[in-house]
Amino acid sequence: MSWIGNLVAVALVLGALLLWRRARRSRLWREALTALRRRRPIALTVVGVFVLIALMDTVAWTGGGGAEGVAASKPRSVLDRIFSPETFREKSYSAPFARTEFIGGAALTFPRRHPLGTDLLGDDVLYKTLKGVKVALLIGGLTCLVLIPLALLFGVSSGYFGGRIDDVVFFVMSTLASIPNLLLLIALIMALGKGTLQVCFALGITGWVGLSRITRAETLKLRELEYVQAARALGVSNLKILSQHILPNLAHLVIITFALLFTGLVLSETILSYLGIGLDGSWGRMIDQARNELSRDPIIWWNIAAASTALFVLVLCVNLIADALRDILDPRTLNERK
Amino acid sequence: MLAFIARRLVFGFATVLGVLLVLFVLFFAVTDPDQVARRAVGERASPETYEAWKRNHGYDKPLLINRTHGAATLARYTDTLLVEHYRRMLSFDFGRSDADDAPIWQRIKEGIGPSLSLTVPLFLLGLVVGIALSLFVAFFRETYIDRSVLVLCMLGMSIASLIYIIGGQYLIGKLLRWFPISGFDPNPAVILRFLAIPVLVGVLAEFGGTVRLYRTVFLEEANRDYVRTARAKGAGEVRVMVAHVLRNALLPILTNVVLAIPFLFIGSILFESFFGIPGLGALTVEAINGNDFSTLRTMVYIGALLFIAGQILTDISYSMADPRVRLGQGVQS
Amino acid sequence: MSAPLLTVEDLTVSFPAGRDGNARAPVVDGISLDVSPGEVLALVGESGCGKSMTALAILRLIAKPGRIEPGSRIVFDDRDILALKVTRMRALRGAGIAMIFQEPMSSLNPVRTVGNQVTEAIRLHERVSAAAARDRATQMFKRVGIPDPAGRLAAYPHQLSGGLRQRVMIAMMLVVQPRLLIADEPTTALDVTVQAQILALLRELKDELGMAILLITHDFGVVNELADRVAVMYAGRIAERGTRSEVLGRPMHPYTQGLLRSIPRLSHRGEALAEIEGVVPSLGSWPTGCRFATRCPKVFEPCDGTVPESVVLSASHHAACHEIAQRRRTAGTPSK
Repeated sequence: MSWIGNLVAVALVLGALLLWRRARRSRLWREALTALRRRRPIALTVVGVFVLIALMDTVAWTGGGGAEGVAASKPRSVLDRIFSPETFREKSYSAPFARTEFIGGAALTFPRRHPLGTDLLGDDVLYKTLKGVKVALLIGGLTCLVLIPLALLFGVSSGYFGGRIDDVVFFVMSTLASIPNLLLLIALIMALGKGTLQVCFALGITGWVGLSRITRAETLKLRELEYVQAARALGVSNLKILSQHILPNLAHLVIITFALLFTGLVLSETILSYLGIGLDGSWGRMIDQARNELSRDPIIWWNIAAASTALFVLVLCVNLIADALRDILDPRTLNERK
Repeated sequence: MLAFIARRLVFGFATVLGVLLVLFVLFFAVTDPDQVARRAVGERASPETYEAWKRNHGYDKPLLINRTHGAATLARYTDTLLVEHYRRMLSFDFGRSDADDAPIWQRIKEGIGPSLSLTVPLFLLGLVVGIALSLFVAFFRETYIDRSVLVLCMLGMSIASLIYIIGGQYLIGKLLRWFPISGFDPNPAVILRFLAIPVLVGVLAEFGGTVRLYRTVFLEEANRDYVRTARAKGAGEVRVMVAHVLRNALLPILTNVVLAIPFLFIGSILFESFFGIPGLGALTVEAINGNDFSTLRTMVYIGALLFIAGQILTDISYSMADPRVRLGQGVQS
Repeated sequence: MSAPLLTVEDLTVSFPAGRDGNARAPVVDGISLDVSPGEVLALVGESGCGKSMTALAILRLIAKPGRIEPGSRIVFDDRDILALKVTRMRALRGAGIAMIFQEPMSSLNPVRTVGNQVTEAIRLHERVSAAAARDRATQMFKRVGIPDPAGRLAAYPHQLSGGLRQRVMIAMMLVVQPRLLIADEPTTALDVTVQAQILALLRELKDELGMAILLITHDFGVVNELADRVAVMYAGRIAERGTRSEVLGRPMHPYTQGLLRSIPRLSHRGEALAEIEGVVPSLGSWPTGCRFATRCPKVFEPCDGTVPESVVLSASHHAACHEIAQRRRTAGTPSK
């Protein structure tokens, strides 16, 4: 079903372009983007590269040159085609850029061609690390896709309409928030299953409460603003008020929270992997499998180093961007610019 | 004040009921008792064994409506899994583990000690280090010290706790051989040796986020008008920091701290399993690996109970510590 | 007249401005003033003209990234403030020079009792026992008119009304009997009736302690109540200075005239409110030359290019305005 992946990739790129154009039309966002570009060029580039790698792993099609037998009938992504994992492998461990096997010392099939070495099954570590990019972005991105609309729905309606709705939503939020996150996550995954969709769903359910609280508080504040009250007095429909006044003013909160959630989600997936309920092909899985390699003598370090470094770089860059965004989108400076 | 506590308790109890409902949906409605029985007893056991197992572990009743009773009887609605679930959980009757039939309460009692012996020192040390360092950094704000510590915090926050643990075990346990990599011995003479790496690693992993958070709190307070007044009175920087900023900043910090106290009992899932500490966290991991739903259910329930208790405690302690809340808004002129 | 207690010369306080990291704009731009012992000098101006900054500069409480530029000079009681060591400055703050602030609610520490904060002020400067400090605090509370003074020591700021809080602030700062009090908008946040009480209290205490007051305000009513001399500030510079009767009765600078004209009067009921056209320029976009040029009804050719010098109208009355200077040159006599 590679066409779903291709469709998603195209949709994402188009969506990003549309958002970009919409943002450029507002002076506020234009200045914010420029400021962000100025302050964090490296972090932005790195994240951009990661997104590119993930896209390379999403666009896939069947057939085509290079593969025989079973492999030819499965869809292979751009990344797969570059690396040809079925053939580009060794028997077992080998150190980065090595010429010989780690155990035994026999000559490698592809001497000096594995920049990050190979793992227990002989798979190229660089390839596995790059495949993990898509998984990481999925964890963060897909989950937020579920989480953010949900949180906004509950938070905004609770803050805007108040009364009964607020009581109910508040109660639901408190109940869910009372269950320690990790435990609830585990319970959900055990109950629903361990597939990608279920894990992302579980992560989404455990994460929406925080954003919901924030948006509820902010909506309460926004509702009392004079121009909102004026709009209501004029009889403007609630939907219009929500979409034109409330939601755009929540955008900065959502963006910052998204960046923070993203890193939190990616980091918690490593714990899930350790517990055996993470996503296939994730860096967490790599780390979990490579855990015991450090106690071997001589030690095998490249597996765990590759996965942890990739993870660290992604999380650090997103953190840096989130930090810069928080300063740029600080309501005080926002109001000055307005 | 009393009315406030009463209201909080009532709301807390309502939340507990809500949590139990969520647990019910997850563990009884979504998961199939037949599957659970099959996993426990094996694929090839006879139907009677299944039924017996299900009866023993409380999975034998229907979910919501028990049609074996008459239409107008109470038992039709009370002789169900739902009611049983509520009754047992609220009376702390946790039953037996789905995996090995051991009574769950027993396991919990055994696990609390080891859990606390790890979480309490970690918590206290982390708190002291966190507050001291962030106060220090707030004092030197905008200088190189401040900026370097912030960079360190950012880097520290970006490393997964898994890496801290593995790295810590490797460096301190294997390379330097200062302390054992894992294991546990409650004997007071040797217990510290086993706790050393987990506590150190734990404090290190937390410190990035904690210092940043506390620093923000301190800086916010340090920018307030009353701090300017204190300086105008002739107070020195140290006095300003300690007697004025700290005292006010402790309020939001207190919230964080009291909220964390209940979790000390639950133990850390990650740390206990990595370091071989037989506490409640390890119990939870066992339950996950063994598909032991009844233990898992219990652990989640207890976790939620403790969290709700923590929130109530936090609200109460905050209202006692902040004179603005404690003494109310009675304005005299 | 005795030698001035406080002399400020060419005080410039700058803040970073614009994108360039090194560009700085002066919030206070080369102002000079002086206060003699026992007199009240009112520093008047709209918000944002730099009067609070002037006050903070005198106590060296300008926080980074603000900076007092070299070339400024502040002398208090024959001591060069800007050259003092930090420990000496601290000894001076609260004891030699005291300052009360505009917002008594946020200016008092919310988690400590007011009594505690007053005794702190005492014990920072004098070696007295806690009990003795408490006694003095009680006395001071009584002096500033706080009912049930001993009982009130244990109150927290949020439990007191605005007027009481300001009295606490005054008690706290005056208990060590400073020679100069800087009052930054002391009554702006208070009700009108309470305002009058506080002003009366300040006048009493001034006479009793022989204190000088630098009164910062934007309210001419307050000026009229309390001030001996007045300095009018606009966009970081002093526009006009003189005695109270000179500035309020015979204002010469167009800005002062505009300010006084815009005060609503009951006798003008039914007429449109007079106003000064335009808005105060923001920091960083100040015009070269006379800062008031963009709004001045008497603006003419030199105003845009050169900064007006202070024209001496009498021994005590000065105004910085090109138009006045020119009128005097052509007329050859002091303007009316």
